[in-house]
Amino acid sequence: MTARVLIIAEHDGAKLNPSTAKCVTCARALPQPEIVIAVLASDGAAVSAQAAALTGVSRVLQVDHVANAHALAATWAPQVVELAKGFSHLFGPSTTFGKDLMPRVAALLGVPQVSDIMAVDGSQRFRRPIYAGNAILSVESPVDMAIVGTVRVASFEASPPGSSAPVEKISLAVELPNHTRFVSVSSGSSDRPDLQAASRVVSGGRALGSAQNFKLMFSLADKLGAAVGASRAAVDAGYAPNDLQVGQTGKIIAPELYFAIGISGAIQHLTGIKDARTIVAINKDAEAPIFEVADFGLVGDLFAIVPELEKLLGEQ
Amino acid sequence: MSRILVCIKRVVDYNVRVRIKPDGSGVVTDGVKMSINPFDEIALEEALRIRERGAAQEVIVTSIGPADCQQQLRTALAMGADRAILVQSDAPVEPLTAARTFLALARREEPMLVILGKQAIDDDNNQTGQMLAALWHRPQATFASRVELMDGKATVTREVDAGLETIEIDLPAVITTDLRLNEPRYVKLPEIMKARKKPFDTLSLQDLGVKSSPQLKVLRCEPPAQRQKGIMVKDAQELVAALKRKGLL
Repeated sequence: MTARVLIIAEHDGAKLNPSTAKCVTCARALPQPEIVIAVLASDGAAVSAQAAALTGVSRVLQVDHVANAHALAATWAPQVVELAKGFSHLFGPSTTFGKDLMPRVAALLGVPQVSDIMAVDGSQRFRRPIYAGNAILSVESPVDMAIVGTVRVASFEASPPGSSAPVEKISLAVELPNHTRFVSVSSGSSDRPDLQAASRVVSGGRALGSAQNFKLMFSLADKLGAAVGASRAAVDAGYAPNDLQVGQTGKIIAPELYFAIGISGAIQHLTGIKDARTIVAINKDAEAPIFEVADFGLVGDLFAIVPELEKLLGEQ
Repeated sequence: MSRILVCIKRVVDYNVRVRIKPDGSGVVTDGVKMSINPFDEIALEEALRIRERGAAQEVIVTSIGPADCQQQLRTALAMGADRAILVQSDAPVEPLTAARTFLALARREEPMLVILGKQAIDDDNNQTGQMLAALWHRPQATFASRVELMDGKATVTREVDAGLETIEIDLPAVITTDLRLNEPRYVKLPEIMKARKKPFDTLSLQDLGVKSSPQLKVLRCEPPAQRQKGIMVKDAQELVAALKRKGLL
């Protein structure tokens, strides 16, 4: 049986978000997949070209509309429903974009959603984490209806460029609501490497003690070419902006190298980093749970260790 | 009368280390401490603050689940909700069924806002609010960290991957809450006594015309792969050397 997969592209109007290429890899794990990417934008030419280049993609549907300038779920969902005809699987990334949009699509279609797909075991069988990753659920969706899924991006590599799929421009005759309006977006850390795409991440926790001290994380990250993350405690305390939060309710990441500094390692944080290739923990409490999962642990005062690390890294 | 409907879920308490049943059918919930899903508690707190500011007159709290959900609804009444509706269902419901149930309640109660947590910390689905908004054909503002109401509209700041996004929505609407929206109040003992006298309705899914037909079949529940505990190094120098040996620096 062929899986006909429609993936809704995440993008900022100019660049395709790497989460989309990870959805493609997830879709490629389905039996005999035919993968189509939908690009909703005000002018989606550039993003569509990037989507069409991803290995495994057979077609790109470009839906240009002035109302698509921002990814408002209420505006996008009826369009996705219209595009969904004939598809067996509708995928989006399990990022705030996909989490917002895909359930609205599923409900309009009257079909279930599988959230946070971490593995594909067949055309209708998926694995997903529950209880902050403390249990893994295997579920089977019915064969007689489409299934909506959000893809846990930390579980899949990005599908590399290497294709040149045709791009088809589509205009939809769908009435769009005007009850939801975009006002603004502000980023707490726009000039930094992207936390979800970075191969190295330096994260700081409550032990940093202040927003001023948290800057230590940024200077260490600069030495490593790393993105900066934070524990929920550090964000709640105002040391770091919300878009840096790593964990169950923040970002789920899978860097090559992860530094947890002054982070005790609550289960909700660990679920956000369990796919990191190598975890380094620095904490003054030798009993901190972070050391149970760290590949390299160092017990001591972070305010002494971090500057020394920076110095050693600077000597390279 | 302008009302707010708050949907809460009874879940295994945040601090409990969950255990998986030996037969792999799910996690152990018997004899385990249960609480209001923390995100839903934030939803209730926000509704109470809106009412206390005078922007709403009544806060209705509802939950779908077994009779034991009464405990969580009573706690919600003690926090300050005006009345409670338990939609009793012994079998767990999927998010789409929950959304259909809340839709039926929304049509009955005609709230100006439905507020609920962005996700429940048991299933981590993050679906119900969006599904309700879709079925209700009303706006959704998910992952809210700030809510302002004015002239039949809400301006909501949302915690998104890029930072903070602000949208404006017409009411009625659905808002799902993120962690930093507020800090829920503690319940005082006299409030618990007072809450016993507040109106409490119990309905069934059938009463609301909702049929629960689970569509996702759970094949098994298993523990996650565990990471191996690594090695301890004694100082920064040893750490850098170890990372270099692994080719990571």
